[in-house]
Amino acid sequence: MVLRKGQPSPRLALSPFLNVISVERMPSALKTRDRLAVTGVRIVNQLSRRLGRGSGTVAGGRFGLRVDPRLLRVLAQGREVALVSGTNGKTTTTAMIREGWAGDVASNTSGSNMPEGHVAALVASASSRVVLEVDEKWLDVTVRDCAPRVVVLLNLSRDQLDRSNEVRAIAERWRSLWATVETASVVVVANANDPLVVYASETAAHVRWCDVETSWTADAVSCPKCTQTLHFAGANWHCACGFARPTPSTSLHDDQLQVGAATRTLRLALPGAFNLANAAMALTAVHELGVDVAEASQRVAQLSDVAGRFSRRHWRGHDLRLTLAKNPAGFAAMLATIRDLPGEIWISINARVADGRDPSWLYDVPFAQLRGRVVHCFGERRLDLATCLDYAGVDYVLCSEDSPPSPNGPVTVLANYTAFQDWLVRSTK
Amino acid sequence: MIRVATLLPELLGTYGDGGNAVVMATRARRRGFDVELIEVGVDDPLPDANLFLLGGGEDGPQRHATEVLHARGLAEAYRAGAHVLAVCAGLQILGTHFCVEGDDRFEGLGLVDAVTTRGVKRSVGELAVLVGGRHLVGFENHGGVTTLGEGVAPLGRVVRGRGSDGDVDGFRAPRLWATYAHGPVLALNPWFADEILASVVSAELAALPTVADQLYAERLRALGL
Ligand SMILES: [Zn+2]
Repeated sequence: MVLRKGQPSPRLALSPFLNVISVERMPSALKTRDRLAVTGVRIVNQLSRRLGRGSGTVAGGRFGLRVDPRLLRVLAQGREVALVSGTNGKTTTTAMIREGWAGDVASNTSGSNMPEGHVAALVASASSRVVLEVDEKWLDVTVRDCAPRVVVLLNLSRDQLDRSNEVRAIAERWRSLWATVETASVVVVANANDPLVVYASETAAHVRWCDVETSWTADAVSCPKCTQTLHFAGANWHCACGFARPTPSTSLHDDQLQVGAATRTLRLALPGAFNLANAAMALTAVHELGVDVAEASQRVAQLSDVAGRFSRRHWRGHDLRLTLAKNPAGFAAMLATIRDLPGEIWISINARVADGRDPSWLYDVPFAQLRGRVVHCFGERRLDLATCLDYAGVDYVLCSEDSPPSPNGPVTVLANYTAFQDWLVRSTK
Repeated sequence: MIRVATLLPELLGTYGDGGNAVVMATRARRRGFDVELIEVGVDDPLPDANLFLLGGGEDGPQRHATEVLHARGLAEAYRAGAHVLAVCAGLQILGTHFCVEGDDRFEGLGLVDAVTTRGVKRSVGELAVLVGGRHLVGFENHGGVTTLGEGVAPLGRVVRGRGSDGDVDGFRAPRLWATYAHGPVLALNPWFADEILASVVSAELAALPTVADQLYAERLRALGL
């Protein structure tokens, strides 16, 4: 990043970093290059925040990694690390582990889930406990650098296919990861009901299989091992080649959570069956980290707002509840949660780079279940949405952020990634 | 009764390709035709249908789908008079050969003389093809380069994106359309859906204004066309 002319030069006071890792407190083994990189991360992030460019987590991390490509490894050394990856639920599950672990936990709360975000999080906090959400394509690199105690693998489904191409390629990469790292000390917490996750995890030395509600299996209709048809019966599944659902050690049925030997009731402030599944996997991870599950689940149950998701907001006389879904599996889960809520449903769709440039996935969303409701269409790709709803037999109204409908009861906003960010900015608490 | 069959959606349905069946059925029904939508699974026999739809798929499933469709006799059904629309991997399957999973070469169904080899890099992005004076718009995401045999007509000339080889996209034969514009290409191009439907019912169709017309106009503007 470059300072522009005429801008007051930012004061590089260290006061905002009183709680953060200081060069003096860093392990003495650090080499000059590492110290330089850490200081660089801090200064660049501080500058970037002051100049109002983003939340100041990506630029600094990128700078640090350029100075010292091994920076993540250096920063993670000697800390207890948990990683969370998968297509849906990363941010929420990471927040749940943070909550369940309690105390001071370093974490990429901004959602920057690639190495630059991880570096920034580890520079921002010296805590010995670390939980990071990790982009699916970066999991192998991050595992090698962070030597985690626990890795949570939530689910795998089609998402932003214009960038990642094929979901099975990711499963393949994860699978080969366990063959190439020292896995004896890693516990993988994996979704037993998602065949792609099982395929990706079964090569790890220690796996805790979780039986949690997984409604989306459209990307695992054919066996990841032999491409024959997988047979599903309830949550159970198997293939003629012998590939089958492993026996779970964690299970969640309705609100009854069983982790290890104990069973307890789990009721969350967050809505939706998918959040219960996230919580069950987060609590399994926390259990592996040596935390009492009873206490942890009480803390997790109170979590009500994760990075603005499910938050109540106001906009031009409307009372909004903001929800986020980024892909067909996420939309299917969210529609099941919101379709019977009173009030209006507004859906907002963009197709910027961060969303995936191709909104074809809309046709994989089971919108037909909204028949009988009227959907207000927002976002830059509202015509794609309206067309999809029209063909699905759902009534719609084309709307614009500039000419909003008049208030008519509570509103649930369901938006994909950048559209959600827009709604967070547009609305007020 | 128009019977529209989506072939092997569990193997060929990566990009919302199922949308094409819904679009075709809805546009026919709104004009008063009876339509039956059929999903053909890997263990199902090939039904008697007027229109078969093939979507996109990943490498392994694409190879598997080809074997299944070969065994079920899709080529015979086409030669006996059925219509076929294929997008993305479906296009490659209809040809004589294609390469997936590295450089392994597999036999296609051979409905059309077309050979797909692996391109140097993936083609990912907006695609626009000039088809008989009208633009077909869509999104492509594939690693193939498709070469047509002598006398095989492409679907059209590429004006945005890469299509089959940078010059032309897809192919066209009697009762058969194939394009690299993947996913719900019929939703984006109402005129294209109607061209296929008109052929299936052998009749001229009345205009059917829908919000899809606005979407089509907006996509053309976005592509500077
Ligand atoms: Zn198998």
